[in-house]
Amino acid sequence: MNYPKLNFKYSATAIIAFAAISLAGCSDNDNDSPAPVQPPVVAPVMQDYSVMITNLTANQPMSPVAVVAQESGSRLWSTGMAASVALETLAESGDSSGLTGETGVNELFSGDGVLVPGATQSITMSLEQSSVADLSIVTMLVNTNDAFAGTTGFNLSTLAVDDATTLRVIAYDAGTEANSEEKGTIPGPADGGEGFNAVRDDNDKVHGHPGVISADDGLADSVLSASHRFDNPVMIIKITRTK
Amino acid sequence: MNVNHVTKALILGSLMSLPATAAELEISVTNLTHGNYFTPLLIAAHDMDSHLFQAGEMATPALQKMAEGGDIGDLDAAVTGAGGVTMANPAMGLLAPSAKVESIMLDSGEMTHLSITAMVLPTNDAFVGLDAWKIPTEAGTYTFTLNAYDAGTEANDEIINGGGAVGTPGIPAAPGGDGGMNATGVMDSSSNDKVHIHPGVLGDTDVNAGTSDLDSRIHRWLNPVARVTVVVK
Repeated sequence: MNYPKLNFKYSATAIIAFAAISLAGCSDNDNDSPAPVQPPVVAPVMQDYSVMITNLTANQPMSPVAVVAQESGSRLWSTGMAASVALETLAESGDSSGLTGETGVNELFSGDGVLVPGATQSITMSLEQSSVADLSIVTMLVNTNDAFAGTTGFNLSTLAVDDATTLRVIAYDAGTEANSEEKGTIPGPADGGEGFNAVRDDNDKVHGHPGVISADDGLADSVLSASHRFDNPVMIIKITRTK
Repeated sequence: MNVNHVTKALILGSLMSLPATAAELEISVTNLTHGNYFTPLLIAAHDMDSHLFQAGEMATPALQKMAEGGDIGDLDAAVTGAGGVTMANPAMGLLAPSAKVESIMLDSGEMTHLSITAMVLPTNDAFVGLDAWKIPTEAGTYTFTLNAYDAGTEANDEIINGGGAVGTPGIPAAPGGDGGMNATGVMDSSSNDKVHIHPGVLGDTDVNAGTSDLDSRIHRWLNPVARVTVVVK
């Protein structure tokens, strides 16, 4: 006999509580009520980083460096695999804009102008804490057919505030354009030739760059000279978390 | 009940954090070169005092055999004879330029260090090498790159003549079918007879003559020549 009564009591309480909530939610029907409460605006927590890049080569200017914030696990390239068209475009012409369309890319920060040999460039970026994941840094060695340098998939979460890490990276061959070094095929100042060309006439796999040969080292048709040769590492990257 | 669960979790946790005495490794190797093959790889787990090679030391006869002709048999026997464990020829033949062999499983057992070698072909006596990397006790994914070494046992004349046996000059073969012939030979005036970083090949662009049977547009490389990923389970 007690159970139905208890149940009724609980139900009645629930109905009253519900009615109270419903009334509170109908404030716009009442002119005297206070202005509706706005949900508090939570400013996103930002994490700031600076990326300093130094060109270690003798005579290979680097295209404006692309710093790409990505989702965890996404990569701009993988050695042994074919380059994406966006990466091919960067490696053959220096244009990094296509990288924004790659899977997992959240944001692209671009360096200010060409990074000449010996120069250091700093790129700062501010990322929402919730989107901090992986970072890629990439640039073209412009006095080549399709050489690029950088790193892909650096895990930013390994850095606490004021932590820094230094990477010495190698030059890769996009595998999308034969390294003919011939006049008209290299976009940099050594030639002023063609940039991107959709034809893929190399092995179509990203691999370690074998270096350029140059006319001085026996490649008769090369527009390059001895100073355009390079060895690894070609670039130093220092990533610092500043906030 | 709750206490019981917590206790169980603690016991389980402490068991899992005990230092590993055996590590299950999953290894991948990528050939980063533009036009060079790796002959059958030898991946070896061994104790802290063993080496397949050491930079600055003379090559052993077993290493010389591998570096000049690609034969890993004697190195493999030396490791297993000393209680080590190996994975020989995981790519089941040559590892082509820009190719990757992955999911190589190796139970390192009681062995603490990892080494890798393979000949770089076509060359006289270049090999890709990892010398006694300390296997981490912490589970995780470890990625690093490997350089090409010169065994210091044969002059780098760059003549392809089938010479792969120990003491025979010349290069055994160009597996890509992209080697030349009739080269007069590169004069190698190096006096370094120890294992050292390979200076790279010269090559030329004349497939029927010239000083080298290698092609400078195909067979050159810069270090590093391989990328290795080891997953410690």
